[in-house]
Amino acid sequence: MTRRVVITGVGVRAPGGNGTKAFWDLLSAGRTATRSISFFDASPFRSRIAGEVDFDAAAEGFGPREIRRMDRATQFAVACTREAVADSGLDLSALDPHRIGVSLGSAVASATSLENEYLVMSDAGKQWEVDPGYLSPHMFDYLSPGVMPAEVAWEVGAEGPVTMVSDGCTSGLDSVGYAVQLIREGTVDTVVAGAADTPISPIVVACFDAIKATTTRNDDPAHASRPFDGTRNGFVLAEGAAMFVLEEYEAAKKRGAHIYAEVGGYATRCNAHHMTGLRKDGREMAEAIRVSLDEARLDGTKIDYINAHGSGTKQNDRHETAAFKRSLGQHAYDVPVSSIKSMVGHSLGAIGSVEIAASLLAIEHNVVPPTANLHTPDPECDLDYVPLTAREQRVDTVLTVGSGFGGFQSAMILHRPEVAAA
Amino acid sequence: MTTVITGIGAATPNGLGTEAFWKATLTGTNGVRELTGFDTSAYPSRLAGQIVDYDAKTHLPSRLLPQTDVSTRYALTAAAWALADAGVDENTLPDYDMGTVTSNALGGFAFTHQEFNKLWSKGSEFVSVYESFAWFYAVNTGQISIRHKLRGPSAALVGEQAGGLDAVGHARRTVERGTKLVVSGGVDSAFDPWGWASQLAGGRVTTATDPEAAYLPFDERAAGYVPGEGGAILVAEDAASARERGAPRIYGEIAGYASTFDPKPGTGREPGLRRAAELALADAGLAPADIDVVFADAAGLPELDRIEADALRAVFGPRGVPVTAPKALTGRMYAGGGPADLASALLSIRDGVIPASGFTERVPDAYGIDLVTGEPRTRPVSAALVLARGRWGFNSAVVVTRHTDH
Amino acid sequence: MAQLAIEDLRRILIACAGEDDSLDLSGDILDSTFEDLGYDSLALMESAARIKQEYGIDLSDDDIADVETPRALLALVNADTASAAA
Repeated sequence: MTRRVVITGVGVRAPGGNGTKAFWDLLSAGRTATRSISFFDASPFRSRIAGEVDFDAAAEGFGPREIRRMDRATQFAVACTREAVADSGLDLSALDPHRIGVSLGSAVASATSLENEYLVMSDAGKQWEVDPGYLSPHMFDYLSPGVMPAEVAWEVGAEGPVTMVSDGCTSGLDSVGYAVQLIREGTVDTVVAGAADTPISPIVVACFDAIKATTTRNDDPAHASRPFDGTRNGFVLAEGAAMFVLEEYEAAKKRGAHIYAEVGGYATRCNAHHMTGLRKDGREMAEAIRVSLDEARLDGTKIDYINAHGSGTKQNDRHETAAFKRSLGQHAYDVPVSSIKSMVGHSLGAIGSVEIAASLLAIEHNVVPPTANLHTPDPECDLDYVPLTAREQRVDTVLTVGSGFGGFQSAMILHRPEVAAA
Repeated sequence: MTTVITGIGAATPNGLGTEAFWKATLTGTNGVRELTGFDTSAYPSRLAGQIVDYDAKTHLPSRLLPQTDVSTRYALTAAAWALADAGVDENTLPDYDMGTVTSNALGGFAFTHQEFNKLWSKGSEFVSVYESFAWFYAVNTGQISIRHKLRGPSAALVGEQAGGLDAVGHARRTVERGTKLVVSGGVDSAFDPWGWASQLAGGRVTTATDPEAAYLPFDERAAGYVPGEGGAILVAEDAASARERGAPRIYGEIAGYASTFDPKPGTGREPGLRRAAELALADAGLAPADIDVVFADAAGLPELDRIEADALRAVFGPRGVPVTAPKALTGRMYAGGGPADLASALLSIRDGVIPASGFTERVPDAYGIDLVTGEPRTRPVSAALVLARGRWGFNSAVVVTRHTDH
Repeated sequence: MAQLAIEDLRRILIACAGEDDSLDLSGDILDSTFEDLGYDSLALMESAARIKQEYGIDLSDDDIADVETPRALLALVNADTASAAA
């Protein structure tokens, strides 16, 4: 008998929406939270827009020592963890710590702190050699991001498997997928899983400038993230985090937990094609979708909503559209598909978890969040992308997908537990 | 289902290539030397396990050189060796039946350091297009999968110095879930000035100056570790599939795996290493008496060595099993350390010999462990336990056993 | 302003993206496609950045995305150097 896994707690820090409620208010209203970069002078850069989070560490309850010690991404992860655990109503201290795990996704981890410390040690970046006299005692923590899941583990008292899953931009899907495997196989009963990335720093902006992957719509930041629109010209970099409490289904049911959804299936594949490029036919993502449906023992027609990767690059939008058609056939044309990146931007390794949160809330509220800024669809993207306005409809089963540098293609099926029982 | 290892590729400071590494490990050839590449005179620590005879051009296609950090070059080279050793090419198995799961603790650090420098000294238009992926922790998994056309389930795990064993554990999980072959292991390197300074910030690196008395795990003189670079890539495979395709050799089985996390500092409760070892043994269905050798984490700091010795005594009894730490000859290779120890463990099974623990001589009696010192010990090995710990509390354990046709 | 010659382009391509070991780049490559020469969009973007650094010629994103052969790339760069000099 395979153990089933459900999500019983959610915490989110995203642009325009700290906390699950504010996040959902933003998405369901179709509002956008992308803006001109305010964290540093972005004028020398090609793309000067981002999804920034208004995050006040002190107001979040972090003490001065924690703020000094933890990179911003770690603070996001811990803040979301606190919210998710409270939301779950689970008394973690009453559980066997050996049966609790942590699985945290992040693509670039402590990028912001790395850059800050480098500038301190290198005469503001002028020198390749660094001055060890300016070495921060926390520099090792920024060098090796294992500290991020460790901080989450300390927060919740986890002593089972603790790991970081760093699969680029699918990290936030894959970290939750990893957690599901830990519970299913019986290694642990509870996992605090999710992802955090805070990449709005000059080096990361420069990375994406170089490959022209980010948008240049600098004069219109609120409408710059335009997945599936014919006028889109790149993604909007963002920061964010989402964390979840995952539990074995019977245990959650027994304690009367509120269950957002069951993770019915998860699969990942690699395109083995190119570190940044995608093949037009979407075949590896289609395969991940097929396998995740198989694992959930569901037919593709049962999908009520597809939460797309929808980054807003021409290549992605077409690749993904092809993958949906390839895996779902005619149903791809019938099912609503939307990209919340139109509203909160693309927070790299975190976004997969932020999108899981959006999917759970879509099920919770029976509302499909829209794709904002979609006025003139790309003719090659001919599915129902839910333009501009959220749609009230029954949502029992959601497919959420991700695509990342390195060739990673991941898919997850989230559904009400009754769907599987039926 | 049984998961076996059918290919090994090692790239370490004391040996490039599996047999070179193994020979160096048995003969006690030291890979620890004065760090070169920049002026280290301002640094309190100057010894490193450094790979010095690697010429990337002879190992990799020219197209890959501008886009790869040195750590990724080692990973790609070791992966190619491992796959050749296993007799695998991109057509060996169909499409999604081959995946990649590697670990990486430091990312493409030297590469990214150069790009940080270009950004801040010259301007953003000087930042390389390759920075967007040469830096991040998934780079080795991605590059290996592309080069060898491995389209199956893949991942990159980070768990500081325990992550390499987690990658192998996850590779086995992936095989058990239906993927026939998974390239696994880990490699790291960060020997640029900033990477070096950052490693020293951890506070555990030795300031010793004699390469033969620098990293002395379990020795009464232990005073820190020597950072290393490199690691090992392994080919993990479903045993039935390996037999079916006529794999040239099977080194052994991944019989057990477990990972635990220490209690939060300050609780005073026992660290999780013993539990990881016990869970891995239970997972393998073995008793402590079945284990012929333990490849220790071997931190090289008195407090951490004592914790490991306590765990070993608790599981195996006083001096209950031969313990070794050949990583003393390479330095600690972060995500590469565990997989390199797994390679040694599998070769110990093959050759019936346990390598010695570098230059460690005097083990405190209170540790109560039977550390293999000086010369290798010749004895049949059927099962080995490999341990790895990562800073902040990561503990991982893998049991490998001689493969027998069931 | 200096014109970009095929030798310069060859040097820049190799520095920025290496060369396909199965090909001989020293031959006549003017009309080969970049794809046939083993160069992808990243290789061209990195080379375009180097051309800008060395020659001060800024190729547009569309130019870089659309250009297919070394001859076409040289024509674009040298048209720009000519107009910059004019």
